Amino acid sequence: MRDSTANPVGTSNPSMSFWDSEKLSPNMFAYLLMIPAAVVMFGVVVYPFFYNVVLSFSNMSLRHFKDWHIIGCRQYAQVFSGKIFYTVFFKTIVWTFVNIFFHVTIGVSLALILNKRLFGKAAIRTLLILPWAIPQVIVALTWRSMFNYEYGAINLFIAHFLGMSPVEWLGKPLEAFSACIITNVWLGFPFMMTIALGGLQSIPQELYEAADIDGASAWQKFWSVTVPLLKPVMIPAITLGIIWTFNNVNIIWLVSNGGEPSDQTHILVSYVYKAAFNLYRYGYAAALSMVIFAILLTFSLVFLKRTRASEAVY
Amino acid sequence: MNSKFKIRNSKLRILNLVLYFLLIGFTLAVLYPIVNVLSISLRPADRLLSTSLKIIPEGATFDAYRTLFTQTPFLLWFWNSSLIAAAVTITGVALASTAGYAFSRFNFYGKKSAMVGLLVTQMFPPTMLLLPMYIMLLKLHLINSYFGIIIIYTSTALPFCVWQMKGYYDTIPFSLEESARIDGSTRWGAFRRIVLPLAAPALVITALFSFMTAWAEYVVAAQVLQDTSLFTLPLGLKQFEASMSTQWGLYAAGSLIVSIPAVALFLFLSRWLISGLTLGSVKG
Repeated sequence: MRDSTANPVGTSNPSMSFWDSEKLSPNMFAYLLMIPAAVVMFGVVVYPFFYNVVLSFSNMSLRHFKDWHIIGCRQYAQVFSGKIFYTVFFKTIVWTFVNIFFHVTIGVSLALILNKRLFGKAAIRTLLILPWAIPQVIVALTWRSMFNYEYGAINLFIAHFLGMSPVEWLGKPLEAFSACIITNVWLGFPFMMTIALGGLQSIPQELYEAADIDGASAWQKFWSVTVPLLKPVMIPAITLGIIWTFNNVNIIWLVSNGGEPSDQTHILVSYVYKAAFNLYRYGYAAALSMVIFAILLTFSLVFLKRTRASEAVY
Repeated sequence: MNSKFKIRNSKLRILNLVLYFLLIGFTLAVLYPIVNVLSISLRPADRLLSTSLKIIPEGATFDAYRTLFTQTPFLLWFWNSSLIAAAVTITGVALASTAGYAFSRFNFYGKKSAMVGLLVTQMFPPTMLLLPMYIMLLKLHLINSYFGIIIIYTSTALPFCVWQMKGYYDTIPFSLEESARIDGSTRWGAFRRIVLPLAAPALVITALFSFMTAWAEYVVAAQVLQDTSLFTLPLGLKQFEASMSTQWGLYAAGSLIVSIPAVALFLFLSRWLISGLTLGSVKG
């Protein structure tokens, strides 16, 4: 790495000039501290990233594993020319939107309730965090077994208490996709709840008192005090949540058992996972990964910029 | 006036009751899957497939747990997972504590872009690094070795851990190192003997987070570890789940045992995890 007109933090402060007396320049020391992490990150993040870029322009597959060569943008062309990309992309958007919608509405509602003075609040809060605490693999496999047609708890409930005929959860595309969404909603709302609860607790009580003096109704207080003050806390959490949900292979892959029935339940990441590791279409999968990354990066930049801009309005 | 208050009061009471029901409803929805797994793990082998909704099944038994430990490779998987998780934890703590310190205390060329770069890695779809890593491991003949998977897990956990260590170091006053150095301590000595002990809480979080990244991961492990003797817990559990009619009880018992340490750690660290998350994302 090049260096270095850079200075240690706080050299402007004369009392810290001792850094200068050191034989090893402070930057050298900083680099030394960084080297282990940098080497690892370079080896497993930077290098693979560029390798992935190269792969995305190549024809590598199981058949062309050793004799692969660069074929230009053909893999990208294949990504965008196939109809499947657009349907899977559409499903990914539905998946992300529905999940985040429920995560946020359920999470914030529960946080609002838990923010009141209630009996047994601490215990209930701990119980409500559990879905986030259980390893995702286990959540997914457990829900898969609960969606079993004959012996799964969901259908038994439906038959016992609702008296309706059982649903073929895992055998039909729409039902299987819903099953994945139900599972992911279950495991995702505690995150939003916890963040919202933190945000609510940081709202100064005086604001509500002032609103009371002005004769504001509970509804008005919610929209003009709670919402605007909760927003800056929730926006980063929602951004993060969208990225996580968009990129979540675990749930789709394990609940629908790799996209069953007949690859109808895929979202983009599970589709790439299958293309790469079950169909061995390495070049194609690499190109699709790049496309997904581009989508997410654009989204995050636009979303953060937009919301920051709107924050300035308040 | 008085009656108006009364109406308001009773309205409030009804509202509170509704909210309570809502809360209890959600709590039950959260608890049920866990209770369901517990119930299945207690079923006797000949009544594994039952349509009863009883929580304590008829003829409840711990047979599934016994079988799990004596007749399946569960203990081996447990050992493998522990080994991998321990290695990831140690490397994660070592790398994040030093790199985080550099990010916190020094201004050097490329610092800002490195920090942003760490955040951008969070947007990579999982396959983006997994596929090239997998091909590299294939070419290096490191498939079916723990080395590969430990490196992948460490790099997954590292960005968050570096951010969180940096955030904590930022709260430790600079004057402490200053006085240590006036007393003749070296730069490394000041870091190791003064700052590091003070950062113990952050080190614990880093350790736990690294551990949890590795403990129950499926997607990477399924590709990198294909030899059954190297299986980790999630791979083993998936195998049980796949043959539900005969091994459902084993799956249930196993998944409870795997979840307990993860849940306990998580509940213990959730407070810090959240502040780390929001801090990291707000700053980004």
